[in-house]
Amino acid sequence: MKRQLPFLLVFIFGAFMTIQYYIPHESSEFVYTFLLDWTMIIGIFALALGIWSLYQVSVEKIKHKKENWVYSYVTLFGLFIMVVLGFTFKVGDSWGLYSVFVIALMAFLYCLINASIAKSKGLWFGLSGVALVVLLGIAYFDDSWGVAFMTSEGLRNTMFTNFADFVMTPILATMFALLAFFIASAAYRAFRARNVLASLLLVSAIIVMLRFNPYMPFGLPELIAELSNWLMNVPNLAAQRAIVIGIGLGIVATSLKVILGIERGYMGKG
Amino acid sequence: MKVKLLFAVILLLLLSSLSFAQDDSAEIDTSAVVEELVLPAPPGNLSGVDKPNDHGHSIDLSWELSPDDGGGLNTVLQYDIYHWVPNLMLELNLVRDSISVIQKIIRKTTNGIIEGSQADSMKKVFEKLSRSELFDVRNSLTEYVKKGNKGLAEACKSYPEGGAWLFLDKKPSGTSTFDHIGSKEFKSSGFVPDFANLYYRVDAVTADGAKASSNILGPIQSSGQWYNTFRTPVVFSVLLFTLLTVFFVQKARKGADLYVRPLGGIEAVDDAIGRATEMGRPILYVLGLGSAADIATIASFTILGRVAKKVAEYQTELLVPTYDPIVMTVAQEVVKSAYLDAGRPDAYKEDTVHFVTQSQFAYVAAVNGIMLRELPATNIYMGKFFAESLILAETGALAGSIQISGTDEIAQIPFFIVACDYTLIGEELYAASAYLGKEPVLLGSLKAQDYAKAAIIVLAVIGVILAQFDFGTEFVNLFEVVN
Repeated sequence: MKRQLPFLLVFIFGAFMTIQYYIPHESSEFVYTFLLDWTMIIGIFALALGIWSLYQVSVEKIKHKKENWVYSYVTLFGLFIMVVLGFTFKVGDSWGLYSVFVIALMAFLYCLINASIAKSKGLWFGLSGVALVVLLGIAYFDDSWGVAFMTSEGLRNTMFTNFADFVMTPILATMFALLAFFIASAAYRAFRARNVLASLLLVSAIIVMLRFNPYMPFGLPELIAELSNWLMNVPNLAAQRAIVIGIGLGIVATSLKVILGIERGYMGKG
Repeated sequence: MKVKLLFAVILLLLLSSLSFAQDDSAEIDTSAVVEELVLPAPPGNLSGVDKPNDHGHSIDLSWELSPDDGGGLNTVLQYDIYHWVPNLMLELNLVRDSISVIQKIIRKTTNGIIEGSQADSMKKVFEKLSRSELFDVRNSLTEYVKKGNKGLAEACKSYPEGGAWLFLDKKPSGTSTFDHIGSKEFKSSGFVPDFANLYYRVDAVTADGAKASSNILGPIQSSGQWYNTFRTPVVFSVLLFTLLTVFFVQKARKGADLYVRPLGGIEAVDDAIGRATEMGRPILYVLGLGSAADIATIASFTILGRVAKKVAEYQTELLVPTYDPIVMTVAQEVVKSAYLDAGRPDAYKEDTVHFVTQSQFAYVAAVNGIMLRELPATNIYMGKFFAESLILAETGALAGSIQISGTDEIAQIPFFIVACDYTLIGEELYAASAYLGKEPVLLGSLKAQDYAKAAIIVLAVIGVILAQFDFGTEFVNLFEVVN
């Protein structure tokens, strides 16, 4: 039963979702959105598991002093401090003891991490207890800032927004920008004329690149533009459509296999 | 008791402002003849039907253009569309607005959202209440709207008494249709009740503001349908394909020898694992950015199971950094089962499959870091990939790993082809699980796909031929699907 129940659930909900596609009625939409809400709820609970997994992996790295283990502290501090910043907001004109609170929070995290890896656990747990008392004390007595769990005020916390806008966003943009260099190196490898097909690819690429080169609008023969359009709209599009049709059939076949219980690999029953 | 009293006071306030709202609607209704202006000829024959194949709450309107639209005096600038609503609806709209204001005060998201003097006065009233009172009043008002909506159908029967014409939308001259897509949410002010008598009117409007009204359409009712006839071609296609799949699965079960063409990428998996074992380096398996609901990710789970089994047999290390926590949970179960099947449950480590982050480029940074630190002998990318595909694959190539990839994202396939040693293109990703297992039941579905593709090719050729003889449109219409 333990093994059969998941397949039964997959069949029932899979079959419902298939039939639901053909039923526009409100009640069908209601059940559909209700089920989608459940995926969100499951996702939120799974996120807790994810964070626990990240914590464990990072602590393991620190424990065994693996390569670049110090960065694991950055990961954990970043993770938990940003959460706290996102739930707190300034009430008065100044932040009061907020910076002491953040430092105490970092100390608490540091002691807690060391308590789970060090041999002298008692000492670290004691220190984390002290840090926790300081944390709660500041949170209780300092009226210059507040905690908001139910409203979005924390997301307007300047410390939170500054970290997000001036640290996180530029780092992510830098990662994305690397793509430009990787495209250049990948293009170099792809366009090497090693055989007839690779040479054809090279010639096609040159034609398309010339067409879209902003510095060559004058003197570009009309033939090049027409040839480029033809390459994009005929052979390229035809190949893409062929792949899309294949993907569509593959999706239907895989969905059928999953609903009918033929494909069980996703449950580790491969 | 206090809350009930408060609720009653607020409701009284709202109802007293109803007369103000009705005055507003009266102002909107400017169908009165302005003497100095030359009236255009009215639009004729206004008709409407319940919108077909929808969830209800919508009416499709059509009318004949005014003779002065594009001809005659040629003065028609636009058409104004009105619908008649009972007073109860106006009252409920006010209550809905106040719920919305309360909601914004509770969430403290008032910036740029509360507009207009009426909403502003509501805000002033509600801001004086405590948080718990706000919640209570909101719930009571919501309940009031819920009950009120049930009486809407009855209230609509009172036409033309006890109601007003409300402006819906305007359409430029030359337009003779309008779809009134109402909301199905009773909390929304655009809510249109099903099975209630609805009335419509269209005015032809000139640049001077002169208006001439069409005939009044009504009573007309909207309702939801239980079958979307626009999707009939899909029903037939899916049924045919299901039958084909079942047929080939049964055939395979009976022992028929089904040929499946070799897939280079999948055949390379075993060699790649062997290489990793010889080099004493790990294997990196990336499931992509898809969720557990994506078919590409589901196919990837199956491949991961096969890879993990081999890895367990060869006693090599496996690294699976994940982007989605649900994917992580499923992948952990898949890998654990694979180790168990291989008879090496002791070799399974909890951190083999681990969560990294749900930020796309932070995930890329983490995986690239793993590639450059651990120098895996083999990188396997299977699932949904987006802009990160080339960054991952190029870093893997720089690290000197053998790379096998597979995705159904068309835009990413060329990147993988360039940077990886083997690539599964589109549907090959789905076929991989069947190919790896060589199980007849799974191979049967592959055969069904092949025959379906053959059928599509034949239909495409027929379409091309018919298009040469001007029959193409009718043929294409047979397969038309409207969402």
